[in-house]
Amino acid sequence: MASQVVNLRVNERSREFLAAPGTPLLSSLRDALGLMAAKRGCAQGSCGTCTVLLDGRPVMSCLVAVETVDGASVRTLEGVARGGDLDEVQSAFLEGFATQCGFCTAGMIMTAEALLDRNPDPTRAEVVEAISGNVCRCTGYGPIVDAILDAAARRRKEDAAARRKEDIAARWGTADIAATPGTADAAARRRS
Amino acid sequence: MRYKTNPIDRTYFPDEPAPDFNVIGSVVQRSDALGHVTGRSSFFEDLSPPGLLHLKAHRSTRHHARLATVDTSEALAVPGVVRVLTHADIPNNVFTPLKLIGVQPDDEPVLAEGKVRYLGEPICAVVAETEAAAQEGAARVRVGYEELPAVFDVEEALAEGAPIVNEYHGHNYFTYEGHHCRRIRFGDVEAAFAAADHVFEWRYQSAPIEHAPTETTGCVVVPQPDGRLRIHSDTQACFFTLDNTALILGTPFNRLRIVGGTVGGGFGGKVDVAVEPVACVAAMLTGQPVKYVYSRYEEMQVSSPRAAERIYIKDAVTADGRIIGRKITLYVDAGAYSRHSPYGTTKAAAHLPGPYSIPNVWADCHCVFTNRTPSSAMRGFGVTIGDFALESQMDRIARALGMDPLRLRLRNAYRDGDLKAHRKVAEGTALVEVIQKAAEMVGHELPEEYRRMSSMDGGGR
Ligand code: FES
Ligand code: FES
Repeated sequence: MASQVVNLRVNERSREFLAAPGTPLLSSLRDALGLMAAKRGCAQGSCGTCTVLLDGRPVMSCLVAVETVDGASVRTLEGVARGGDLDEVQSAFLEGFATQCGFCTAGMIMTAEALLDRNPDPTRAEVVEAISGNVCRCTGYGPIVDAILDAAARRRKEDAAARRKEDIAARWGTADIAATPGTADAAARRRS
Repeated sequence: MRYKTNPIDRTYFPDEPAPDFNVIGSVVQRSDALGHVTGRSSFFEDLSPPGLLHLKAHRSTRHHARLATVDTSEALAVPGVVRVLTHADIPNNVFTPLKLIGVQPDDEPVLAEGKVRYLGEPICAVVAETEAAAQEGAARVRVGYEELPAVFDVEEALAEGAPIVNEYHGHNYFTYEGHHCRRIRFGDVEAAFAAADHVFEWRYQSAPIEHAPTETTGCVVVPQPDGRLRIHSDTQACFFTLDNTALILGTPFNRLRIVGGTVGGGFGGKVDVAVEPVACVAAMLTGQPVKYVYSRYEEMQVSSPRAAERIYIKDAVTADGRIIGRKITLYVDAGAYSRHSPYGTTKAAAHLPGPYSIPNVWADCHCVFTNRTPSSAMRGFGVTIGDFALESQMDRIARALGMDPLRLRLRNAYRDGDLKAHRKVAEGTALVEVIQKAAEMVGHELPEEYRRMSSMDGGGR
């Protein structure tokens, strides 16, 4: 069967490339688009290192034939830090010593992003459940779970600050006196 | 999140100046963490040079067999297959990775020659333009086997008439300075058994353990314009890999360059020289970059596990819990080839009889060849399983004597000045204090006599 043109919106940019039928989304991201953050740990859906967000949902990209998701939007770890600033999950992983060899990290962070997008205040059990498809053979699960809970707390705080800022802006027509610079933008981006 | 650290307990180092204790307890960021959380850390497989070829191995489907025929014609006919390598393509096909520290003889082929000694041993390497073509080619190599009897048990392998696994040794054990095993002879254990109130003997057996790193073993070899080869690898031992690869290729060391250090989990499993030599040969013969990376299946099935060990421990014990003799027979299952197991067996011997002062010790530590997957390094190899056996033995003795297991250990713990079975005088011992502290932390009561014990007192036994 002939290769076909596939269009994806990847990290908010339109990308067009050729793929042979059955090419895994993971291979297209890595080989056709040069996005190397998602990793291949097993190529059979059992480790989670290849996790990316497909239309906002976490998927194991090694199991998705890319031609079946033509037109979808994809988010990878490369698209998480905006303008060079780490987001809350990345900062929490960095400061909470949640990386060892780093090979599972991209998948863990994307899984965490998806969790926090749908559940801003997860319990510890919900975090454990969310990452149950992501293997960390360095077995740093404790710090990873801590970091995700920490990221959720940071994000809730920033979102609250951003909401305050929006309230003030709505009431007084200015946002200048609001708390942390930049957070309203980050929160607005996330909600968009 | 603030990282909490416990203050340092300086009780045991009262004379050391406090400002010197400035490392433990301080928080230092990992230098690679920023790369990991942004996805910018570069692992070997994140490199995809133009013209990259893919290598896949055709592997033995037998545990032990003579290779009657190897037919690569169907593999070569697969569209995209560029070349099929056999042992004849490898300049110095037979090697052993610890040759560099004097471990001999060379006993392992890069690609099987004449026979296979374990299930999954690589026989041919298929090089192709795509991974799928390499896989298809590897599946189409036809091998005719003449089955040989196989041996999977260490004691059976050492028995009279067992099939010889590895002809380079001529018998199923590694030879240590002319001896069939690593030995310790200290005092007179038989006299200790005769004098003891109790004699306890138990057997311990472990299974092989796979490291299962999240990133599988692999490398990308890129020929350079100056004729050198640049090897991007996830080896845990860059220089070791470089030196062994140069010996196998028969090239000066400076023809190779290793780029590594970013390892997606290793745990000891990535110190073998598993993929680089054959990938280098493929790159030299084709003049193109070559990638050889294990599938998850290969990682589980053919990469070296931690060796399985079987350990017999027989102890002479007095009624009040003093161990006066310990006799150990230990078998390390090296699998079909030496790799790091001769060294691991030496480590096992060096660790005996555990951190206890025992006046009579006898040990035979065998490094045994079988038709199982070759074993190699893994976290404390040679020591970890021995410790499992030794400490299980201590617990069982305590139970048999109706004695507190911590007191049994304190009574026998080595002290500074004790002569160890290897005829070294113990220095800097701390087992007594560690047990006392641990007991205190878990609320395990020790009588005064045991709380007053010290590593500094009572030595010279
Ligand atoms: S690489 Fe996709 S789940 Fe392991
Ligand atoms: S950090 Fe190594 S696998 Fe998770």
